[in-house]
Amino acid sequence: MQLEQMYQEIILDHYRNPHRRGLREPYDGESFQVNPTCGDEVTLRVALDGDTVTDVSYDAMGCSISQAATSVLTDLVVGRTVGDSLSTMDSFVEMIQSRGEVEPDEDALSDAVAFAGVAKYPARVKCALLGWMAFKDAVGRVREDDSDAEQPVEAR
Amino acid sequence: MTELDTEQRRAAASLDRQRRLAGASLDVDKLRADFPILTRTVREQRPLVYLDSGATSQRPRQVLDAERSFLEQHNAAVHRGAHQLAEEATDAYESARARIAGFVGVNAGEVVFTKNATEGINLVAYAMSNAATAGPGSERFRVGPGDEIVVTEMEHHANLVPWQELCRRTGATLRWFGVTDDGRLDLDSLALSGRTKLVAFSHQSNVLGTVNPVAELVSRAHEVGAITVLDACQSVPHGPVDLAALGVDFAVFSGHKMLGPSGIGILYGRAELLGAVPPFLTGGSMIELVRMEGSTYADPPQRFEAGVPMTSQAVGLGAAVDYLTGVGMDRVAEHERTLTARALDGLSGIDGLRIIGPTETTDRGGAVSFVLDEVHPHDASQVLDSVGIAIRVGHHCAWPLHRRFGIAATARASFALYNQPAEVDALVDGIEEAKRFFRMT
Repeated sequence: MQLEQMYQEIILDHYRNPHRRGLREPYDGESFQVNPTCGDEVTLRVALDGDTVTDVSYDAMGCSISQAATSVLTDLVVGRTVGDSLSTMDSFVEMIQSRGEVEPDEDALSDAVAFAGVAKYPARVKCALLGWMAFKDAVGRVREDDSDAEQPVEAR
Repeated sequence: MTELDTEQRRAAASLDRQRRLAGASLDVDKLRADFPILTRTVREQRPLVYLDSGATSQRPRQVLDAERSFLEQHNAAVHRGAHQLAEEATDAYESARARIAGFVGVNAGEVVFTKNATEGINLVAYAMSNAATAGPGSERFRVGPGDEIVVTEMEHHANLVPWQELCRRTGATLRWFGVTDDGRLDLDSLALSGRTKLVAFSHQSNVLGTVNPVAELVSRAHEVGAITVLDACQSVPHGPVDLAALGVDFAVFSGHKMLGPSGIGILYGRAELLGAVPPFLTGGSMIELVRMEGSTYADPPQRFEAGVPMTSQAVGLGAAVDYLTGVGMDRVAEHERTLTARALDGLSGIDGLRIIGPTETTDRGGAVSFVLDEVHPHDASQVLDSVGIAIRVGHHCAWPLHRRFGIAATARASFALYNQPAEVDALVDGIEEAKRFFRMT
């Protein structure tokens, strides 16, 4: 049945028992993202130690796909560098936008390969990406803040 | 009154009702044969159960044929040229206008063709801000700081954002009627005043199904001299609507929600107002006289139809109106009331399901929105889709209304004349299936 291809057990597990849910302090960057077509939303925070992601916390209102994707995201990025995290995101985006045509990179994506079935449902792609968009934005904000802080130094 | 009298009255009333129902009954099987798309299967060879007519309706062969035959036999630019095709095309276009006007109880000269209902509302909103610089006669449409535009909390974005924008451009203030917990308009939540220049509201909510008290709102608006704008997108396709009798000043509805083509909507404006309101889009067709120094404008409705208009769509919508008239709008309304009652009944029996909107059929149409305790609307609709049932999920372009109820999204089933009771039952079964699939353990 097509439904089981989309809602793989890994996805349902993360949906029922989400990892790292809730908003926590301290954090370095925060992002609020919303899917304008359905109204689903997520507030996501990242905490960094140097270039390493030490925590991702979030509060989300959304479907199983968006909730599970955000939960899996935290597993994939916590403890890794921002650069590695964003390249994992690239692999995820490539897979999810492929309409099922791209063979997912299991080494890079781990549990996230379970979302390969979602790629066949274009209307749900945005759900799977909501948390990732928030992550990328939150990380970007940390960097902006850093460069804001550095600017006066450079100006001197 | 004797017991016999009561008994006789009951019997007579019951017989009356039976006769009425017999006369009103609609042969859905026969009618469905007119809609080719309803015979297709979806996903894994599942027969299509289309419960998304509130978003867009399906079109009968009669509408498709009318469009094709117009394009194959009579196509030309209307209101231009003196050749035979131009004459035939213009006649077909204007005949469609007259039939559509008759369908909603108004005159052909009061019916403007627009791209969609959204454009119709924007036309009024922009005409009002254009009134600031238009000549004498348009004063009544002018709004500015201190003036108020009134809407409701249950509006579709199409009847909200254009008014927010009008306020932003002119400095007027937007105010709104709230919504009660059971999904009715809260008439006590706002008092109109001499500052109120316009009151815009939906006839029937696209989310709640609520039918609003048009007469009461019109009377309150006219008491303070405000213009009324009715969003009739969800009412005109589902029952008899007489816009003149309702007494509204402007109204809009869309072609594709009433078995007609997309790319066409209707703006109704009371003749006296349509004659005074400044134009919105300008250019060819809408002029009376053009000189390098300036121009004057044609009479309505042409004044509001700049450029070569949509033609096969107008013809198609004319055919849709003929089709609906043939079926009988009383019958359509009765049939949809039966479906709605069945849906409200079936859905109410599902544990953990909450209907967002009135739970009884009084002053209520066939858009039934709901949420489930443990299953997100998107997920529920995915399960329904896997068994061939098409419903709409999300905020249905009524985001503030969803926030009012503290939810991000709902699932919505909406009915049309071609739906069957068995399809309502399939919906109820499908939701139970979704609950099983996502059971939280």
